[in-house]
Amino acid sequence: MQNKMALTPVLTAHWDDPKSFEIETYKKHGGYVALKNSLKMTPDEVIGIVKDSGLRGRGGAGFPTGMKWSFVPQNDGKPHYLVVNADESEPGACKDIPLMLANPHSLVEGIAIASYAIRANHAFIYIRGEVPHVIRRVMNAVEQAYAEGLLGKNIQGSGFNLEVVVHAGAGAYICGEETALLDSLEGRRGQPRLKPPFPAVAGLYASPTVVNNAETLASVPSIILNGADWFKSMGTEKSPGFKLFAVSGHVNRPGIFEAALGTTMSELLDYAGGMRKGSKLKFWIPGGSSVPMLTPDHIDIPMTYEDLAAAGTMLGTGTPMMFDHTTSVVKAVTRWLEFYKHESCGKCTPCREGTYWITGVLEKFEHGKGKEEELEVINDVCGQIAGRSFCALGDAAATPFPGAMKYFADEFREATRTSADASFPPSATTIFDKAGV
Amino acid sequence: MTLTSDNKQTNTENQITATIDGIQVQVPKGTLIIRAAERMGTFVPRFCDHPSLAPVAACRMCLVEIEGMPKPQPSCAIPLTEGMVVKTQMTSEVAEKAQAGVMEFLLINHPLDCPVCDKGGECPLQNQAMTAGRAESRFDIEKRTFPKPIELSTEILLDRERCVECARCTRFSEEIAGDPFIELLERGAKQQVGIATDEPFNSYFSGNTVQICPVGALTSSSYRFRSRPFDLVSVPTTCEHCASGCSLRTDYRRETVMRRLAWEDPAVNEDWNCDKGRFAFSYLKTNRLTQPKVRTKDGNQVDALWPDAIDFAAKGLKDAKGKVGVLLGGRLTLEDAYAYSKFARLALETNDIDFRNRVNSAEEQDFLGSVVAGSAGTVTYADLEKAQNVLLVNFEPEEESPIVFLRLRKAAEKGQINIIAIAPYLSRGLEKINAEVVATKPGDEAKVLRGLEIAQDSIILVGERAAATEGTLSAVIEVAEKTNSKLSWIPRRAGERGAVEVGALPNLLPGARPVTESSARSEVGAIWGVNGSDIPSKPGRNHAEIIQAAINGELKALVIAGLDVLDAPDPQALGLAINSVDFVITLGIQENSLTRYANVSLPVAPVTEKSGTFINWEGRPRPFGRAITSTNALTDARVLAMIAESLGLDFGLQTIEELRQELSSFGSWNGNKLVKPTVTAKDSAKTSVGNAILSTWNLLLDDGALQKGEEHLAGTQRPVVAHMSEKTATDNKLENEEKVIISNSRGSITIKLEIIEMVNDVVWIPSNNHDSKVKSKLGAKEGDVVTIKKGSF
Repeated sequence: MQNKMALTPVLTAHWDDPKSFEIETYKKHGGYVALKNSLKMTPDEVIGIVKDSGLRGRGGAGFPTGMKWSFVPQNDGKPHYLVVNADESEPGACKDIPLMLANPHSLVEGIAIASYAIRANHAFIYIRGEVPHVIRRVMNAVEQAYAEGLLGKNIQGSGFNLEVVVHAGAGAYICGEETALLDSLEGRRGQPRLKPPFPAVAGLYASPTVVNNAETLASVPSIILNGADWFKSMGTEKSPGFKLFAVSGHVNRPGIFEAALGTTMSELLDYAGGMRKGSKLKFWIPGGSSVPMLTPDHIDIPMTYEDLAAAGTMLGTGTPMMFDHTTSVVKAVTRWLEFYKHESCGKCTPCREGTYWITGVLEKFEHGKGKEEELEVINDVCGQIAGRSFCALGDAAATPFPGAMKYFADEFREATRTSADASFPPSATTIFDKAGV
Repeated sequence: MTLTSDNKQTNTENQITATIDGIQVQVPKGTLIIRAAERMGTFVPRFCDHPSLAPVAACRMCLVEIEGMPKPQPSCAIPLTEGMVVKTQMTSEVAEKAQAGVMEFLLINHPLDCPVCDKGGECPLQNQAMTAGRAESRFDIEKRTFPKPIELSTEILLDRERCVECARCTRFSEEIAGDPFIELLERGAKQQVGIATDEPFNSYFSGNTVQICPVGALTSSSYRFRSRPFDLVSVPTTCEHCASGCSLRTDYRRETVMRRLAWEDPAVNEDWNCDKGRFAFSYLKTNRLTQPKVRTKDGNQVDALWPDAIDFAAKGLKDAKGKVGVLLGGRLTLEDAYAYSKFARLALETNDIDFRNRVNSAEEQDFLGSVVAGSAGTVTYADLEKAQNVLLVNFEPEEESPIVFLRLRKAAEKGQINIIAIAPYLSRGLEKINAEVVATKPGDEAKVLRGLEIAQDSIILVGERAAATEGTLSAVIEVAEKTNSKLSWIPRRAGERGAVEVGALPNLLPGARPVTESSARSEVGAIWGVNGSDIPSKPGRNHAEIIQAAINGELKALVIAGLDVLDAPDPQALGLAINSVDFVITLGIQENSLTRYANVSLPVAPVTEKSGTFINWEGRPRPFGRAITSTNALTDARVLAMIAESLGLDFGLQTIEELRQELSSFGSWNGNKLVKPTVTAKDSAKTSVGNAILSTWNLLLDDGALQKGEEHLAGTQRPVVAHMSEKTATDNKLENEEKVIISNSRGSITIKLEIIEMVNDVVWIPSNNHDSKVKSKLGAKEGDVVTIKKGSF
């Protein structure tokens, strides 16, 4: 690999500091200066910089952040809210949680800046409930920021007030869907809401609300501090800036690599130390199980929103999962579908019933008992879910199977005769037991 | 499935033009695609959609293609906009395929038990599976199963396997009834309708969920497995229970009513009715009288032939002429009540007639004659829905007129209405309409009313209980006039408003005409074919006076129709009156303690076996036809006509057509109305330790005669408890959840106490539930002082 794109540590720059999560450490490296600078600007100027930077949402959809902020109606007499989506639950995604663990203040500062920009005096951080240690750390960071007058009343004498609440979710994947998250935050059962109205008009407590991913907000202080041009100097025109890439799977050194968008998978794989010894990349997913899989042929595609879309997949959360030749595609897809079946909220028919159906049939294939004509049925069922479900969870559930069939149809046909465990012994594929490799 | 039929297209500014299936349509702005398609005759299949519930777009059955949108869209949630091009399943393969896909999904876990399912034959899932489903299933793995049925209440059963998770029931309960007892639980394929332990679905409106369930997931205990929809004959009818005036659909099979449903009527009950109206009809087959009976000289009642019974009745009345009182119940049809009104004046030559078999007063009859009679349409349901300020006086909407409650709740949910209630406490029903209660002791209503800041142009709704306390109705009139407010009286029973119109009162002739006005008597006489002077001019005796006169021996005979002695304000006095007179004629549908005492007991037709009209509280006529035609039951009017004929009178009223013709000829009365009452109110009674002022009203579901024989419904009655304030309880050394004895010289009631926030020195108990029978046990009314003391176990 020549001229490998360099890592661009911004959010991860000081993770190796033994107390990287303390406010002292954060401030030592220029933390909270961006907030102070922002408070000297008008809110619209702050929105302008973020708009100029071209920052796109890091939660998966890639919606331009500055534009989202500008949708909030002004002078409407209603309270505005900022809600942080830190309910990271996507299979394969593990970047917001380490970020909050190692550098929670970048998020807190980003929240303060964003709240100021959208004229919100109340922000909520919705963190998935299974990570109490992260929740504690973020709460601690918020507390430290309050203590230093960086949150609360009249921040830094600016007259701007902001209350920040850290809220623990209860472990439902659907609550990562922004409107379900809002329902959950309001104390209801987490199910997506009918849109319109969109959250920017009627979100939390029926008031204008911006919902941003944790990584998105954590990226904001550096943009304010260094300027939009600095941010745009990284990445591509349509996918500017840096991104946390969390590489996992059958690699030697799984981890988080912060690099410019446009870095290729092969470069990232290189940073991750390559595939584990004796193993060969079989397939990979660029950003969570909700995006279609790719093969070794796609390993040099730049990791950008646009390039991956052109390849028929998506950047998603930007957390590639790498699977080697020991992996059964049938089994992987079945596990993902079991996840979606378990996490389907039940509100709409296609997702509720479709995931139940597909999973049931896939389990037969996993045990070598599928019938060839049933592959057509699963494909049809996926088609009956995709684009017909209430929210993106259904679309996501309809993704893995057609994606896998595109490249591994023969393996599914083999699964009408041979069980996945027979074709791909589990002992070989596990990353904890090295015996098989 | 309910289709909207709003065809008024007058204001073109609010119209938009769009294209559905290549056809240009013009609809009011905001019309949902699914409704617009309906109006042009295209039925887009649906499950979760219901015109009276907010859209949720959950079932995904109604997906259509919209030009410019990449995915098919739910037509139930998207309003048609100017220039929009929509293709339904009729012209779009995408839409057709999307719908077929959803239908296939809905069926994979649905049990194949249509042959034994109540819904089979009238099931939206079954029907739509025929149009959008495939003949053979591709699903061959195990179906999801649940234990079934689950008893949500004694009346409503849930089969979770049949449920398609459309959430109509849970949305109805929350949005419309305000009783969110049921809710969706769990997620994914395990999602199910659920209920909290020990909190049964005791909503007065729970039956609506069975009706709007698009599958057989919700069924009622009383109808489950009883019949097939295609064996039923359906007839539109009107509910005979309260004065709300609901349109119903009565379904019968082999001359037996099997069930009743709400019949859509946008102006009145919209798509709903209450559980009493839906389920309480077993009385139709309980203790029915079918044969006239006469009492022979030896004192025994024996079956008689109609001509003999009629002649016997006529002779008895002839002997007592001029000394006959007519006591009626509150559930007669307009036509029958009119016949009694005419019969009293012509055949019995008396004004001694009163329909108020409940708490009543002389002040009230003046109020009814001066304010209520001839006031149809003063306040309507539509007025309630758009009202700004509503004042409730002695009126509990949810208990006493549930459709009025639903309409007030609809307004309250929109948030623009301000409801104030003069009541002893904030009941659950009042809470659900966001009412503000002015905590008032019974007896202080007039004083409170006069001291209250009431907005101009309010709507004042006064209940029949206002008659219990002197001066309240006079104060209501005064306040309404002072604030230019519209005043409406809401009785509890279906026939009362009509009985006022036809003059079944001692001071009133049909059409709001006072008996004391000679021109009124002339007008009425002209229609009746007699001289005005033949109609008695002196106001007659009212309910209490008739009973007193009978006891005193001033009256010789009583004609009693459509009432139960236990409903009388003083059952003991009524019993005494019956014993005191020489001759008693009863007309009724059921055998009861009154008919057993009668010299002549004449069976008459229940509502299912006759045509008739109820006038609801708005003054709106609610005519209905005869559902069951094979019986030979006669209407009260027909029986009265026969007696009159036997008396040698030219009475007319032989047929319902003739009767309605005669009724319509009265027109409006332009002369002097009765003088409005100006009765001075007394203060509420004084109390000391050991006693309290009684407050009581009838709960919607109680032990009323028309609810007999329906134990599933009875199981959803409210808990029977007494209410008292903390202070009153403490003053009397009474404790919460303990028994309290409420008594007077007549008798006592032992009941569990529930302390709530309410006005002091008052004890509230339900009027007619289980042991709490205020009339028969205490003979007391609202405002009376009763003794309270600790009860023992």
